[in-house]
Order: sequence, then structure tokens, then C-alpha cells
Amino acid sequence: MGNKISFLRLLLTFLKIGAFTFGGGYAILPIIQEEIVHRQKWVDTDDFMDILVITQSLPGPLALNCSLIIGQRLRGTTGGLVAALGIILPSFLIILLLAAFLLPLIRDSRLVQAIFYGLRPAVVALVVTAAWSLGQEFLKDRFALALFLVLVTGSLLFRLHPVLLLALGGLAGLLWSKKG
Amino acid sequence: MNLPLLLTLFWSFFKVGLFSFGGGYAMIPLMESEIITRYSWLSPSEFIDIIAIAETTPGPIAINSATYVGYQIAGLTGSAAATIGVVAPSLLILLALGTFLVKAVQHPRIEPALRGLRPAIIALILLAAISLGKTALVDRATVAIAALLFLLAIRFRANPFYLIIAGAILGLIFYPR
Repeated sequence: MGNKISFLRLLLTFLKIGAFTFGGGYAILPIIQEEIVHRQKWVDTDDFMDILVITQSLPGPLALNCSLIIGQRLRGTTGGLVAALGIILPSFLIILLLAAFLLPLIRDSRLVQAIFYGLRPAVVALVVTAAWSLGQEFLKDRFALALFLVLVTGSLLFRLHPVLLLALGGLAGLLWSKKG
Repeated sequence: MNLPLLLTLFWSFFKVGLFSFGGGYAMIPLMESEIITRYSWLSPSEFIDIIAIAETTPGPIAINSATYVGYQIAGLTGSAAATIGVVAPSLLILLALGTFLVKAVQHPRIEPALRGLRPAIIALILLAAISLGKTALVDRATVAIAALLFLLAIRFRANPFYLIIAGAILGLIFYPR
């Protein structure tokens, strides 16, 4: 990385990623990799893998965390903020236009009602798919599977708050590692 | 401008950002508990429509939903308050920790905590599916659409965007008249 990447280029790169990537975080991460590692060659593959680990260990939107870390590595704190702005701005503006102008006009039409009638089960399918593929990857050992089942059952029976669920999971992980 | 409402929106989405591990879907239960259960800002069906819209438009789902919910509740300033809220924890954590982050993540206590966190994240995502399913799966056609798209998704690893488009088309075909 001889010469510094300009803030403008950083902004434009992440604006492009934010504006044209559909499907949320797990779909955006490979696109960021393609753009930053393979096309622009700003970060090498090993570094990008480290960045992914950090991205997934921290709270917050995946794509945002990933952009922030890359921007910060390339141009410090300002770079992180510039990259974050690039990823946030397209979402914000597109949704704003939809919410303010488009949807109020078409919401009550029969056509739109029919579309949402199909979109809702599609969302359910997507969310089940996410649970399914993460489960295949991470619920391999008995500890993980048992913890998962206990948390799901507990939550269905006692309506545990999502934050409590996460805290119980983290705590169980710590206790289990001490024992083993 | 309703300042208390804006602050409540900001704080609600700040919590969503702060406690969301593992990407957009894992934050659905937390968003539900804030938006539907706690403040009754939206009905369950409005909420699932927002998730659908957030999936169909580019960008991170969390940011899309925050912007949309914020706008529905308090207009332009509401959407700004919610969006800033949901991104603020990431910004604060990353900017505060900076380059120490890599070392922090490799800390001997962080790794086992993450080991327990992953099953919890997957539990949250499954719970999100169950609760969204109660609103979405209203008849045989919607159950069939969900089952079909799930099978397509795991068989062909399709991008969520295409599955959403397929859902829209199936909706147009099977909408009861």
C-alpha cells in the first residue's frame, strides 16, 4: 500500500457497494471481499479473514462493521467514518424515498396486497434458511446443540428477553470452557 | 419536532444495534420486543412487511428497517434518529478500540464466550422465524410458498433477493380473490 487511498475514492467505493448489493449482510460480505481484496487490492486475503472474524464477533450490522474496519485500516478513524457513511447512505436514502413517496401511493392497491401476501412467507423461508445454514455450521458438537435446544425451549416457554438469551449463551460458553 | 419520541427511537435502536450479534436476522426478536411489544409502534404484519422491504432494497437489513420504522413513527427526523441509533454502537466500539480490536477478539475469555453466543444467535434466528411465521403463514398457500422457497434456498444457495422476488411472483399468483 504505497500511496494513500483518497477519502473520495473510499467513499465512492463503499457507496457503490451499499447501493447495489441486495440481500443483507451475508450477501454483502462477499461483494466487499471481491471489491476490496480482488479488484482494488487494498487488503490481502489473510487480513480480510481477520477482519471477518472481528466483524462477526462484534455487535451491529455485519456490512457496517466490515466497512468500518476496512476504512479504519486504510485511512484511520476518518477513513472508518467515511466508509461507514458510504455503506449507510444508499440504504437510508432509498428507504426514505420508498417510505415517503412510493408506498403511501400504492399500499392500498390490490396488486401490492397480493405481492406482500407472497413476500411474507418468503421472509419466513429466508429466516429459517439462515437458522438452518448457521446451525449446520455451528451446532456440530453436543454442547452447542444442547445449549441451542435449551435456549429455544426456554424462550418459547418463558418468553425470555433476547438480550437475556444472549447473556445466558455467553455465560454457558464461559462455564463450559472452565469445566473442560 | 417531538424530542422525547426521537430520543426514545434513538435509544430503542441503539439497544438493537448494541445487542445484535450475527447479522440482521438475529436482531429481529429484539426489534419485535422494542417495536411491537414495548411501544406498539407497529403491528406484527406491518413489521414483517418492513423486513420484506428491507430485503428487497439494497444495503444492510438493520439499517433499512431502522430507517423505515423511524420514518413510519416520526417522519424524516424519526428515520434519522433510528438510523443513527442502530449504527452508533458499531461506530463507538470500533472507533474506541481501533487497532486493539484484533487482540481483544483473540483474548482467551472472548473465544469461549463466542462459543456459547453462537447457539444463542441461532436460537434467536429460529425464534424470529417462528414469530414471523405466526403472522405470515395464514393459509395453505402461504405455508406452501414458505416451504418451497426454503427448499430452493438450501438446495441452490440462492441469494435472498431472488427468493424475495420469487415470493412476490407467487403472491401475485396465489392471492385469494
